[in-house]
Amino acid sequence: MNGQSSATLDRRDVMRTIVAQRGDALMVTGLGSTTYDAGTVDHPNTFCLWGSMGAAAMMGLGLAIAQPHRRILVMTGDGEMLMGIGALATIGAQRPRNLAIAVIDNEHYSETGMQATHTGRGVDLAAVAKACGFASTETVRTEGELTSIVPRLFNEEGPFFVAIKVDTQRYPMSIRVRDGAHLKDRFRENLLGAERAYY
Amino acid sequence: MTQESSPRQWPGDIYEALKRADVKQVAFVPDAGHKELILSCQGDGDMTTVSLTTEEEGVAMLGGSWLGGDRGALLMQSSGVGNCINMLSLPIHCRMPLLMIVTMRGEWGEFNPWQLPMGQNTERVLQDVGVYVQRATFAHEVGDIVYAGAQLAFSSNCQVAVLLSQRLLGFKDWSK
Repeated sequence: MNGQSSATLDRRDVMRTIVAQRGDALMVTGLGSTTYDAGTVDHPNTFCLWGSMGAAAMMGLGLAIAQPHRRILVMTGDGEMLMGIGALATIGAQRPRNLAIAVIDNEHYSETGMQATHTGRGVDLAAVAKACGFASTETVRTEGELTSIVPRLFNEEGPFFVAIKVDTQRYPMSIRVRDGAHLKDRFRENLLGAERAYY
Repeated sequence: MTQESSPRQWPGDIYEALKRADVKQVAFVPDAGHKELILSCQGDGDMTTVSLTTEEEGVAMLGGSWLGGDRGALLMQSSGVGNCINMLSLPIHCRMPLLMIVTMRGEWGEFNPWQLPMGQNTERVLQDVGVYVQRATFAHEVGDIVYAGAQLAFSSNCQVAVLLSQRLLGFKDWSK
């Protein structure tokens, strides 16, 4: 099962389409390609992970609990989600109403040589999320499905999970800040104000 | 060297220290030593408790809570520390505060040899990765050490583990 994914959506088109409708949502992106995609549409309300594989979904949960009146969107890759797959059980049990997770699923580890992930070998992440108790779960494969899912990412009662199947196109790393302390301070200052961010 | 029989005071002291430190999110992997503390936090309307499937989830979660303006604490047993090591790169690199409260196994009076490899190396691996370790051995000092650890973490944006000696827990009575 090392062949190309049959999906046709382009990961950077998906990122642009979602971010265009984010409003004041707070975002966390998982390491690798999803963070590079987010770098092309950077925003102070986005915290981009460059390491700590498996962290993205749980960071979203902590943020969702801290900011219950804001929408939280985690965007991450299938490999990153699989590494922290237990988080789906933890989030399903906790049921944060303001959290959505979008997995940009190319069925491969594109940073490390395009090895197949389990999602290309029969593992259905949306079904896992559903079995873990997520309020809604979807798998998106077409432009039309993407168009209809994006408003739900930001409005539907959570926890909401969507796997968005994308092709295996790779893009160059977007050149941008990698320093996590800066990204953290930028996010907190923008969200909380300087006085609270640095108290 | 006897089994503790009277009710333990120090879990309540930890709870009071967390309240004084304004901790709002408490993530945990259950442990007998944290039983009373978990119950206290679950009963507190100003705290959100999250039961984890594995300890490193809590490291990531409390990174998110800090992004959102909440202070948190992570409760675990020493066997869970090993699960956290790579995930600790998040708070360490990002200079996010982290308060871990770790009940020790594999030391004082341990009967289960499977606990020794992690328990005997917990302090060392935490220090090796860059976490500040504070150890509490006696019941009367636990509350102060947790509060001081919280102050250190939240005022200096650093990562602190308070290790609660197995001596505090007494021997596990396996005859029952």
